[in-house]
Amino acid sequence: MADKRLTLDEFVAGLSSGMTIGIGGWGSRRKPMAAVRAILRSDVTDLTVVSYGGPDVGLLCAAGKVAKAVYGFVTLDSIPTDPHFKAARQSGGIEAMEVDEGMFYLGLLAASQRVPFLPTRAGLGSDVLTVNPSLRTVRSPYDDAEELVAMPALRLDAAVVHVNRADAAGSGQILGPDPFFDELFLGAADRRFVTAERIVPTDELAAGGPLQSLCISRLLTDGVIETPGGAHFTACVPDYGRDEGFQREYVAAAGDPEAWAAFRDRFLAVDEADYQAATREAAAERAAAKAAKEGA
Amino acid sequence: MSESTPTGVTRAEYCAIACAEVFRGDGEVMASAFGTAPALGARLARLTFAPDLVLTDGDAALVDGAPPLGAPPASLVLESHMPYRRVFDVVWSGRRNLIMMASQIDRTGNQNISAIGPWARPRAQLVGVRGAPGNTVNHSTSYWVPNHSTRSFVEQVDVVSGVGYARAAAAGPSATKFHEIRFVVSNLGVFDFATPDHTMQLVSVHPGVTVDEVVAATGFALVVPDDVSDTRDPTPEELDLLRTVLDPRGVRDREVRA
Repeated sequence: MADKRLTLDEFVAGLSSGMTIGIGGWGSRRKPMAAVRAILRSDVTDLTVVSYGGPDVGLLCAAGKVAKAVYGFVTLDSIPTDPHFKAARQSGGIEAMEVDEGMFYLGLLAASQRVPFLPTRAGLGSDVLTVNPSLRTVRSPYDDAEELVAMPALRLDAAVVHVNRADAAGSGQILGPDPFFDELFLGAADRRFVTAERIVPTDELAAGGPLQSLCISRLLTDGVIETPGGAHFTACVPDYGRDEGFQREYVAAAGDPEAWAAFRDRFLAVDEADYQAATREAAAERAAAKAAKEGA
Repeated sequence: MSESTPTGVTRAEYCAIACAEVFRGDGEVMASAFGTAPALGARLARLTFAPDLVLTDGDAALVDGAPPLGAPPASLVLESHMPYRRVFDVVWSGRRNLIMMASQIDRTGNQNISAIGPWARPRAQLVGVRGAPGNTVNHSTSYWVPNHSTRSFVEQVDVVSGVGYARAAAAGPSATKFHEIRFVVSNLGVFDFATPDHTMQLVSVHPGVTVDEVVAATGFALVVPDDVSDTRDPTPEELDLLRTVLDPRGVRDREVRA
């Protein structure tokens, strides 16, 4: 089997400005954040980002990397909205294709199946069709003659998803309760990347969880990158939950240019290993501050 | 009025009862409920008059019974796997009854959770339309608005996320086929669209609220029938379930005060 292991630098070298990039996960859950951070450190820009959006979209907006966002929502789950995405939208700084989250699923499915669109009732009557004037409806050729939304295929130049385990050949294992739409992001893309908490020998995959958890086949993978803590600060259960303290710090910093510059210098202008070290330090600082407050 | 009208029922408890009523008559459908009063309402309905309702764990599973708010995951009895991809199968099959929240709602039942202000450069970008467009044209949908005011109850929402009656009718039979906006529950009262032109009418006020207060807090011409009743009282059993089983810590009273 081919060895598809890459470094984060090799991953980002495979991207270029102007690309349409799909990012797996959902909200602030199992996002390929190490890959997003690698993009933040690169010269790649002018991206169309396709995502069930979380802090991936926010961070890319904050860095000025986003020309267009395709999404049904952008949320941090425990915090309703992402401040950087809000700011980008409210300044008119990015183009927005906001669609129903089920339409989004069908767009990825259509791209995966190499058909131009899939029909759905979702979107009919809503402003999704008015704020996205390129969307069309289609009439059923059968006797019902129903008019439905024709959700266009969301073709991706590249996609990246984060999983719990993978092998060197690019089979991926998702041990959490929801595989989300990661398989379809990969299926919709020309270049397909999987980041994993750990790369393990193939026989450890099925030994480590039920067969249904082996839901990313190597048919869908071009490159696999080992990134321990690679979903931080989003949740990657059962390996770790969301780092709520860090997420609050991220949101608080976004509200103030100076605080954001400090956040960026400490956490984003550094490589992945230093990021992981800095977030552990930050967690210890928060714990110490909390203990001091409770002791006072 | 029953002979033993409970005393000391809080506004939040009336809201929970009103939300429970959204599920009355439902058989085996997936109940999804966002916000505290809806979450309590769905659980109350499941434990009393709608025993076949199917509740979710808020993550990727369906649960047996009706766990208390904030029940630890390990205490839940899971009955089925329900990842998001499968949720869409349920949505599009129609076997679901939903209470969503609304940043804005208007007189024909359009809901907005997308953005306030002009689309290209909104004054406030909200979470996004999420599943509202698809939900509303596929299965019964109701709304929960814990802060009833002329800012939330508006003549016309800025971005139609959940589809109301007039917009569904204009979009044609494919949009109206499975469309139903059942109720709107706010911190002031209960509303529906059972009028000849499907515009919003006042069904009941929560005890302690006057019709005039509701009208003043609504930014459009609300239909007010002659016989507006009070939102019904909880039964002693319901009140006990709310206070001692489902929400002993009183989370409900932090969402809606008074």
